[in-house]
Amino acid sequence: MGAVVDTLRLTAEDAKGLLERGEVSGAELREAYRGAIAERDGELHCFLRTVDDAGGGGVPIALKDVISTKGVETTAGSKILSGYVPVFDSTVAARVKAAGLPLLGKTNTDEFAMGSSTENSAFGPTRNPWDPERVPGGSGGGSSAAVTAGMTPWALGSDTGGSIKQPSALCGNVGLRPTYGTVSRYGIVAFASSLDQVGPIAKTVRDAALLYSIIAGRDPCDSTTAELPEAVRLPEGDSLEGVRIGVPKELNEAEGIEPGVAEAVGRALALAEELGADVAECSLPRSVRYGMPCYYLIAPAEASSNLARYDGVRYGPRTDGASYQEMVDRTRDDGFGDEPKRRIMLGTYALSAGYYDAFYGQAQRVRTLIIREHREAFERFDVLACPTSPTVAFRIGERAADPLAMYASDLLTIPSCLAGLPGLSIPCGLSEGLPVGLQLIGPQFGENMLFRAGHVLETALAFDTVPERWRS
Amino acid sequence: MPISREEVLHVARLARLALSEDEVERLTSDLGKILDAVGIVSELELEDVAPTAHPLDLVNVWDEDVPRESLLLADVFANAPAAEANQFRVPAWEQ
Repeated sequence: MGAVVDTLRLTAEDAKGLLERGEVSGAELREAYRGAIAERDGELHCFLRTVDDAGGGGVPIALKDVISTKGVETTAGSKILSGYVPVFDSTVAARVKAAGLPLLGKTNTDEFAMGSSTENSAFGPTRNPWDPERVPGGSGGGSSAAVTAGMTPWALGSDTGGSIKQPSALCGNVGLRPTYGTVSRYGIVAFASSLDQVGPIAKTVRDAALLYSIIAGRDPCDSTTAELPEAVRLPEGDSLEGVRIGVPKELNEAEGIEPGVAEAVGRALALAEELGADVAECSLPRSVRYGMPCYYLIAPAEASSNLARYDGVRYGPRTDGASYQEMVDRTRDDGFGDEPKRRIMLGTYALSAGYYDAFYGQAQRVRTLIIREHREAFERFDVLACPTSPTVAFRIGERAADPLAMYASDLLTIPSCLAGLPGLSIPCGLSEGLPVGLQLIGPQFGENMLFRAGHVLETALAFDTVPERWRS
Repeated sequence: MPISREEVLHVARLARLALSEDEVERLTSDLGKILDAVGIVSELELEDVAPTAHPLDLVNVWDEDVPRESLLLADVFANAPAAEANQFRVPAWEQ
């Protein structure tokens, strides 16, 4: 009775153990997390809404607000979906429900997952648990900050160009963007359909692997999903013997990588070598120079098409107009914030007559080159490594006025997203007192290798995921 | 690669956005800078490279043709700003 759990340190796996051994009840566990939310979310604003879900009795979870939850408002951080209450569950929400994980709430996101700081949320920014004057990254800053702040043991995010991995790096936790097609997108508010992937955020690699095993696998409701070629293995062990790690020089020497970030990643790679890995330099010649331009043509093009559905007819608020056309045009101008408008305009332009081949068509060809050069690298290596984010968490407002500075946040996460490959970010040290993320990229369906390498490294690095200001 | 004000207005019409004067001005400047940055994809000679629309090699994904429950009409209209007699109500189309 009155079991005290330290939610800042408790892993999902430990929480599961406490429940299974009857040392803590489901209600007590939920209460502990609700208490942490009450204590810290006033400062951080991770949650757009909390729910009192007594279902399940398993380890509680938080879901990014792009994930449709039946009966629970889902806004994708946008005014144009305010008041929208889904009448069906997304497949991932249904799967976590079926696994008995009660929902703690829906987490903040950049509007339509478009952003790298969560400042583009129509409902106000989320703050970084390590330093509330700084951003938690984005778009999934709410899920990531909530995990670090002990408000939930784990969470789901979505990643189009880095929206799981980059916030994990900036908040000092573990985030997996799975192989494209391994997790259903049914019921996820669509941004760019050939890139969007749902994935787990947790304190440890084992927790991330466990949550991934719950959500992954083919879904008849999403024809772009595939069956996993092998079952998810919870990683064990302390050796990297036989693991070949490639260090793409372009992704490790890119302009804008802070010295403190490069040093922390360098130390982690030296440690990987001590643990038995075979570490060698390699090259992805086009991925850095052309990855960002390619992504910022393809993703907005797909977004401009996906966001055409917000027309004030079937859901969402409506701004009245004298005609159908005026109603639609005004609803969209009032409902979308600046960043979705920018991307809708950019994407519509790139797809318009006269520019389609030069922009969209050319970007699709560049994507082929980026896929090829990753495939070639994986002929020699099991894992590729580089920083997740070029910088540590930046200050709120610092990049908000300059779209291109914001887009540069995803410079190192974008190439593997374009290639459809899995990426895992683990914390590998501090720079200026803020977490640095190490990005491990695998070949298609290479999650088990990422979990193994990530687990061994995380154990050896012994990074303390609790922000310094909360350590007692 | 600058984009003209007229082009911005044309694209806004295609995208169904009733932009304010202030937004047109800002987007003309922002889009110009972004197009400069992304336009470097044209440096590459790629005529012989096939475009990628999708990163998974999936073709012809078939499912059994089995009827299953669909949404109830009440659910379909639950979020509609205006509905009447099982139809979405909208203002008249301007000819």
